[in-house]
Amino acid sequence: MKILKTILVTALLLTVACGGGDTKKDASDNKAAKSTSESGLSAFQLEHGIGPITEVITASGTDAAMIKKGEDIFVMNCSACHKVGERYIGPDVQDIIDRRSPTYMMNMILNPDEMVKKHPEARKVLAEFLAPMPNQNLSQEDARAVVEYLVSLKK
Amino acid sequence: MKTKTLKHLLSLFTVLFIGVAFFGCNSQSELGSNSDAAQKVYVAPGEYDEYYGFFSGGFNGQMGVYGLPSGRHIYTIPVFSQAPVNGYGYNEETKAMLETSYGFIPWGDAHHPELSQTNGEIDGRYIFINENNTPRLAKIDLKSFQTTEIIEIPNSAGNHASPFVTQNTEYISAATRFSIPLDDTDVPINSYKKNFQGTISFIKLQDDGSMKLDFQLLVPGFNYDLSHSGKGPSHGWSFFTSYNSEEAHTLLEINASKNDKDFIAAVNWKKAAEYAAAGKGEMVKADYRRNYYDHDKHMAYSEKHTEVRVLDPSELEGIIYYLPTPKSPHGVDVTPDGKLIVAGGKLSTVIPVHSFDKMIKAIENEEFEGEVYGIPVLKYESILAGEVENPGLGPLHTEFDGKGNAYTTAFITSEIVKWSLETFEVLDRIDTYYSPGHLMIPGGDTRKPDGKYLVALNKITKDRYLPTGPEMFHSAQLIDISGDKMKLLLDFPTEGEPHYAQAVKAELLMKDQVRFYKLAENNHPYVTRSESETKVVRDGKTVHVYMTSIRSHFTPDNIEGIEIGDKVYFHVTNLEQDWDVPHGFAVQGARTAEILIMPGETRTLVWEPQKVGVQPFYCTDFCSALHQEMQGYVRVSPAGSNTPIKYSTGK
Repeated sequence: MKILKTILVTALLLTVACGGGDTKKDASDNKAAKSTSESGLSAFQLEHGIGPITEVITASGTDAAMIKKGEDIFVMNCSACHKVGERYIGPDVQDIIDRRSPTYMMNMILNPDEMVKKHPEARKVLAEFLAPMPNQNLSQEDARAVVEYLVSLKK
Repeated sequence: MKTKTLKHLLSLFTVLFIGVAFFGCNSQSELGSNSDAAQKVYVAPGEYDEYYGFFSGGFNGQMGVYGLPSGRHIYTIPVFSQAPVNGYGYNEETKAMLETSYGFIPWGDAHHPELSQTNGEIDGRYIFINENNTPRLAKIDLKSFQTTEIIEIPNSAGNHASPFVTQNTEYISAATRFSIPLDDTDVPINSYKKNFQGTISFIKLQDDGSMKLDFQLLVPGFNYDLSHSGKGPSHGWSFFTSYNSEEAHTLLEINASKNDKDFIAAVNWKKAAEYAAAGKGEMVKADYRRNYYDHDKHMAYSEKHTEVRVLDPSELEGIIYYLPTPKSPHGVDVTPDGKLIVAGGKLSTVIPVHSFDKMIKAIENEEFEGEVYGIPVLKYESILAGEVENPGLGPLHTEFDGKGNAYTTAFITSEIVKWSLETFEVLDRIDTYYSPGHLMIPGGDTRKPDGKYLVALNKITKDRYLPTGPEMFHSAQLIDISGDKMKLLLDFPTEGEPHYAQAVKAELLMKDQVRFYKLAENNHPYVTRSESETKVVRDGKTVHVYMTSIRSHFTPDNIEGIEIGDKVYFHVTNLEQDWDVPHGFAVQGARTAEILIMPGETRTLVWEPQKVGVQPFYCTDFCSALHQEMQGYVRVSPAGSNTPIKYSTGK
């Protein structure tokens, strides 16, 4: 009887050990993934963000039609959290062009979930403001108009 | 020591083996082991099920969505009953869906889900479901999994034989379970034979997707039970079972079980539709509603209708023929090739199978054994293709696997019987736990069944799950029908009482799903598309609050100037534009359900404050790390105090 118990306990231990082994493996995998992402961003990504925009775009902030369109989209989709000339739920966007390239803005608008997870700058902003930026599912064209508007805000 | 251990190990395995063989797997005797079954139904974390299963909720009035083969309950679609979980039927936008000629009705008895078809195959556009108690029929849009239309059926009581679609969803049918005096006349109940009648209704699915009650057929006062449409060669016909051809009005348990045979009504709906289009029959007064949801306005509307076209088959030739069928037939099912009509005679000892070809020939040759209320009754022998012997007791419903086999539930003997459509011989049988009503094979009532799984929808649960007092969820059982022998794979509990279910390959529905509503396309009359448009407007005793929500604040979140006696409408627009980010809204003391607002949507909660003071409101759906911060206050002043309207956020 005692031996039976021993067998059962051993079997249980084996099962637990197996489970434990798996968890350990997962943890080390995660760690590996984390360290590559910390050092793994290209120079382009560091400057222009991670997302669908992989080539540098320029925005002058002078196209009046596009600025108007961008403002309308901004009011509907962004203004609940971003104010002009005022820090709110998210950062003030007045002088954003001083801090971010137009390409970076595009990627932040179009791919916020991955940006706040992987990009050191976006992570820093999240740590400060605590509310992660939602994905408002703008088309690239609409995001481009918003960027034109944001660039035009520079005083 | 070593040999001793081995010996002990051996005896341990023997005990385990005997235990598993004789006790652990008593219900899985067809399987090699439990782990075979487990592997077949296991859906790994993060993976999708292969099928969507749509199960009627029966007396909960809703439709449950289950993943198959896992049996996981993945969603409930509110249809005929108010749903406090998201405010359906409570909020201003969806109340109209539950309007009827009897006024607002908060509950319904949902019975049979039916997926729309094109060319006799499931097309993934809509699923329909009937309501039995207040005769209605609902349409659910499978892009949004939302109920988008409910039509009431006038001249009807107990809408049970519904909603069965024709091959291209030209029509959805409905029929009366209870015959009644049709013009709402006040007559003695025992004048049943003189005054009571039934109707069979055909609802047209119009090109724009809306439903229209096209015509009704006047039929003798029997109880009409279930139906299926013809397909392929029998396209153009529908078949309705009836019982109580005795026309009893009391103690039907005895009095409606006297005749040897009752009838299946074979309805030539194409011909009836031609008569209707030609203006035959008459327009009679009727009182019924059609309620529909306008996605553009995010709002339901209720439309009143006052007449319906009624055709009398005793006057208009060739619409209905009766097929005599033993004995109190319940289900009627048409084989995938459209050639055979299988009846579940619930008190019969055989399953009668009628031949569509023979039926047409018998009609041509006028092989009638008589007529009932002007409707010709065909000779049983002339139309019979065969009878299935020894099918179990209480045969109710049959579905098909597309490989030449039929599967019938036997309620009394609690089993599913597999039989050959060629020889009518029973090939296999499997016990179910307990007493199956309907059964379902994905596509099992269409031209293209997907004969991999079968689900038995059992009426009695008893000892299948942990006991939960006197009331228990109904049990469903998933059975593998891919081989010669049926194998029981899984038990899973279902909400309410799933009378029937249908299932479809998930890939057909997944591609067109709506994930959020575009804010720019939201034309709700009280939409607030940005925070700059938020406002609070007083109009006498009515106050409209135009509010927005986004992670994680409401605008406005401080409101003053509300008084006792006011009726406050909170119109909350969710500004989010991403998948799966609903916000909720509840305010203290509101005598209604919360509202759950999908991204880009507007929902309205009505609040009539009863206590002076400051009342909080908050987001009810955990939306972000700062969800607990998503809150606000309304100041409620005494009646007549003229506190000015004031509102703000962050000030």
